[in-house]
Amino acid sequence: MRAPNIIKIENLLIQIFLASAAIVMLYPIFMMVLSAFKTTPEIFISPFSMPKKFNIENFQVIWEKTNVPRYFLNSIIVTASSIALLLITGTMAAYAIARYKFRGALMVSLFFLSGLMLPLRLAIIPLFIQLKYLGLIDSLLGLIFIYTAMSLPATVFILTGFLRSLPKELEDSARMDGASELRIMLDIMVPLISPALVIAGIYSAVPIWNDFFFPLIFIQSAEWKTLAQGFTAFFGEYSINYGVLYAGLSLASLPMIFIFIAQSRRFIAGMTAGALK
Amino acid sequence: MERSNYQRAKSFRKLKKQLWLLFLLLPPALILITFIFLPMASALWYSVYDWNGLIRGEFVGLENFRKVLLDPERNWFFFNALKNNVLVFVSLMIIQNGTALVIALFLAREPKGARFYQVVFFIPVILSTVIIGFQWKMFLNPVFGLINKILNAIGLHDWALPWLGLPETALPTMILVNAWAWVGFPAIVFLAAIHRIPRDLIEAARLDGGSEWQIAKDIIWPLMAPAVTIIVVLTFIGSFNWFELPYIMAGLEGSPAYSTDMLGLLFYRTAFGSISAGGTEFGVGSALAAIIFIVIFVFSIIATKILVAREVELN
Repeated sequence: MRAPNIIKIENLLIQIFLASAAIVMLYPIFMMVLSAFKTTPEIFISPFSMPKKFNIENFQVIWEKTNVPRYFLNSIIVTASSIALLLITGTMAAYAIARYKFRGALMVSLFFLSGLMLPLRLAIIPLFIQLKYLGLIDSLLGLIFIYTAMSLPATVFILTGFLRSLPKELEDSARMDGASELRIMLDIMVPLISPALVIAGIYSAVPIWNDFFFPLIFIQSAEWKTLAQGFTAFFGEYSINYGVLYAGLSLASLPMIFIFIAQSRRFIAGMTAGALK
Repeated sequence: MERSNYQRAKSFRKLKKQLWLLFLLLPPALILITFIFLPMASALWYSVYDWNGLIRGEFVGLENFRKVLLDPERNWFFFNALKNNVLVFVSLMIIQNGTALVIALFLAREPKGARFYQVVFFIPVILSTVIIGFQWKMFLNPVFGLINKILNAIGLHDWALPWLGLPETALPTMILVNAWAWVGFPAIVFLAAIHRIPRDLIEAARLDGGSEWQIAKDIIWPLMAPAVTIIVVLTFIGSFNWFELPYIMAGLEGSPAYSTDMLGLLFYRTAFGSISAGGTEFGVGSALAAIIFIVIFVFSIIATKILVAREVELN
């Protein structure tokens, strides 16, 4: 056994390390938000002090003069629709794989799992030609389909695991009572895996919300740009107005940060779901 | 009569089950085929053709691959980018994942505020790389940026460099930004792996007088091997997909002087055109994509093989 005061010193050193690391992580975000309330000259002259007064002019400029609100709306539409389509189709596939015995079941589950390993970015050229052919270039619908497809393998993987763990007696007794397969699925089984749906949803929603690559290639008009992509245009336009830029950055990141802090357990479980199986 | 009715009912039930399964499986399968499998297969197919804009030309065999790898006019770009991607991977393994391991080992001792620290370290992970890239680009601005203001304020005037403007510092700076943004992810994965190790094992070693270093080295490290395997592979895939951060912070051409060029940027330039690469070249771009895919695929398999071999089962 080591002496208690050595342990005390160890714990103190650990606290010092963790606290300084936390400052390194938080300070940039804190400065970003602080600067959003300053005027541009104020940012240059006194970058470290608190704003003289918390003026919201920068945010007004963004609301009234830029496309950022529109980008925000597009990102919400794309993310919400993708996740809805993803969870519906993902549950369907996972339910068939997890709850029924049929010939070729193994092949079907391998088919869905193999998508896990394919980096879709590298297929951007054929995807571009294909979307052009389908009339889905410069359309949010195109993005929604791509994101759904991209996230399906992981979703099926996560949901299959949870659906397999449900006891067979549940559906058998409902089947005795004459409930249809669809009713059994929707009324009995799916509600039981709602925590898994949340985890799978978060696992996909964060990368979809943040994605920059696919909109960069498939979306051209300002009307349909998503937030991450629209930001490049916004940045070019206001490149010297630091106050507005910081306000834009804060607007884009704070909602996510608040949702994360409120739901941190679920977020961390969700985002590491792929790595912790 | 009875029997055939029974048979008919049975085959009707079977048909009903098959239709139900088809209904469940067909829509997700169609989405996957249309938007993943078909384009992935086409990517290989496209690489052996000559392309004129969006129009497919003649079959040219491996000519596009030769252009990427052997053409003395352009293969410099490929090997330069490859070198940079490897550099990113190695640096992230040491800086980002090394720091993450230290954080995880410390958090596993359940210091005061462990939960708070977990949340704090994870915040940048949920943020968009675009946001992070722009934010750090502003902090790193040589004239107005906070970083140089801080360096000047504490007397390190010689250190107040145009960090993103020098070929020697641009890539290391971006690697540090990436480490800042992502360190929370491996930290949480490592921490979860450590939590799975039975407590008595660590307590017993402590009672036997093992030092913290010995416990970490001889008990925790071997037993968290599966998590290490996953993080190594994910870091490799992430490093070879590096695109957003250099694109935002250094632009499409990997400035300055291609010191931050990446395979992802080169692929984008080749496929969709740019100043240095000229117009769109779907054939050469597809060949490059196939090469990147093979590199990622082969590494993932070899790394998994080697790393899984050293994993020990507890039981």
